[in-house]
Amino acid sequence: MMITVTVNGERHSHDVEPRLLLVHFLRDVVGLTGTHWGCDTSNCGACVVWLDDTPVKSCTALAVMADGRTVRTVEGLERDGELDPVQRGFMECHGLQCGFCTPGMMMTSRWLLDRNPDPSEEEIREALSGQLCRCTGYENIVRSVRWAAENPADDSTEASQEVSPS
Amino acid sequence: MIPFDYQRAQTPAAAAAAVAAHPRAAFLGGGTNLVDRMKLGVATPELLVDITHLDLDRIEELPDGTVRIGANVRNSDLAAHPLIRHRYPALSQALLSGASGQLRNTATTGGNLLQRTRCVYFQDTTTPCNKREPGSGCSALEGYTRYHALLGASEHCVATHPSDMAVAMSALDAVVTVQSPHGRRRIPLAELHRLPGDHPEHDTVLDHGDLITAVELPPSAMAARSRYRKVRDRASYAFALVSAAVALDLDGDHISDLRIALGGLAHKPWRALRAEEELRGGPATQEHFRAAAQAELAAARPLKGNAFKTDLARTTLASTLSDLAAPGPRHEEQR
Ligand SMILES: Cc1cc2nc3c(=O)[nH]c(=O)nc-3n(C[C@H](O)[C@H](O)[C@H](O)COP(=O)(O)OP(=O)(O)OC[C@H]3O[C@@H](n4cnc5c(N)ncnc54)[C@H](O)[C@@H]3O)c2cc1C
Ligand code: SF4
Ligand code: FES
Ligand code: FES
Repeated sequence: MMITVTVNGERHSHDVEPRLLLVHFLRDVVGLTGTHWGCDTSNCGACVVWLDDTPVKSCTALAVMADGRTVRTVEGLERDGELDPVQRGFMECHGLQCGFCTPGMMMTSRWLLDRNPDPSEEEIREALSGQLCRCTGYENIVRSVRWAAENPADDSTEASQEVSPS
Repeated sequence: MIPFDYQRAQTPAAAAAAVAAHPRAAFLGGGTNLVDRMKLGVATPELLVDITHLDLDRIEELPDGTVRIGANVRNSDLAAHPLIRHRYPALSQALLSGASGQLRNTATTGGNLLQRTRCVYFQDTTTPCNKREPGSGCSALEGYTRYHALLGASEHCVATHPSDMAVAMSALDAVVTVQSPHGRRRIPLAELHRLPGDHPEHDTVLDHGDLITAVELPPSAMAARSRYRKVRDRASYAFALVSAAVALDLDGDHISDLRIALGGLAHKPWRALRAEEELRGGPATQEHFRAAAQAELAAARPLKGNAFKTDLARTTLASTLSDLAAPGPRHEEQR
């Protein structure tokens, strides 16, 4: 079946089998291997990408379900060569060890910060609770997201202040 | 995953007809349950009829005050909707306690109701399971039963229904609207799921090709004073060991009316009619709450690994009732 998916702003049209998972479409067809494929049963969250602006598990979606929609992957986090504050936070606070869970963690974190620029530790933990990390014990992941909240990118500072509830 | 055909339905009637015409066809909602089962080889459909493009994604208030939820409304949108948060807080709380954000963003109302059991043997094609393969036996009877049923089970299956949302809807007197190849009908949500009996392969009373189009919540003053409490192994991202959805109407110190549904205990959301009867018209006291919970659980038939849930269910129900009956802000939002 012919599908067209806009990935990180670029349109990709391909003829795919209905059984192709979105995660495999992104990795093997589009060639963006930043999205990881872990448990394959919707549990671990390594495969989280944005589908039409919300984080979803891409191993639980068929590529044909993304037809006509937009996807943002970890490769689409940086803007004009500048790393996203979430990416910088993970570097600053040692938010990764093996890095397997990291792309998915960062995609959910960016989404959380867009909606809630100043999340509490509890809110961060709740938002990331559908994603598993075997290495860090989560402490440094939570710190990384807090770092990103405290160091927003210049262009997002104003926007964050506007939507901030306080 | 075995190969299959994929179609997009244009109308609810065409979707129902397409699935009814093919014995190995299935509706595809968000796919968060079906696609997983396909990957595990537990479901092997030859045709998927994608219903997510149908115009069933609205939450609307009807003239009589009923709130109609389209079958394709995503769990996260339903939980966040002001009508649901204010008039049916237990439903919002139940949704937010289920799965995780990334799954709720995809999961639909219809798919959530019809998700299948998380019994580990059902999901493992190498073990006998009457629900997956009728007549093969039930591996859980002598196996891992922490998440299994205490009430209404049979010797053929002791699985529980995993949905949190369905438990809250059951306590809120929801009605399901169904499009079949022959027409439409309405089913009270409390009668949608069935007990396993001799046929655990059937989770619900629906026939092959029956499409859920909406869930309707009747207007109810009591529902605004409702709450969902879920007890689980982790603070987030775990299925219910036990849960309780309660709606309460008080007249001074007396209970004028109430609804109770329990989760994690049976093959369907368990309407606690016995406890309701004990409590209706009586005083809203701790003793009374405990006695009613005791009466409801009197029929419990524990298995090796889940006897602790009898006590857990009693205390969860009694404490949810007393939380709701306590003076002061009764239904502050729970995350
Ligand atoms: C890791 C994990 C944790 C989870 N934790 C929880 C939890 O704590 N609590 C909880 O309640 N749930 C939990 N879930 C389950 C989740 O809520 C369900 O997977 C989801 O609600 C299913 O919705 P869907 O739209 O994706 O359904 P699908 O996967 O699309 O469909 C499910 C079934 O319903 C059928 N179907 C779908 N829509 C219709 C319709 N309109 N009419 C007729 N048939 C239909 C399909 O054919 C399929 O058989 C969890 C899931 C995962 C993967
Ligand atoms: S409890 Fe039900 S679902 Fe689980 S193994 Fe037994 S028959 Fe299968
Ligand atoms: S690979 Fe998708 S959730 Fe684990
Ligand atoms: S850093 Fe290794 S799994 Fe998270």
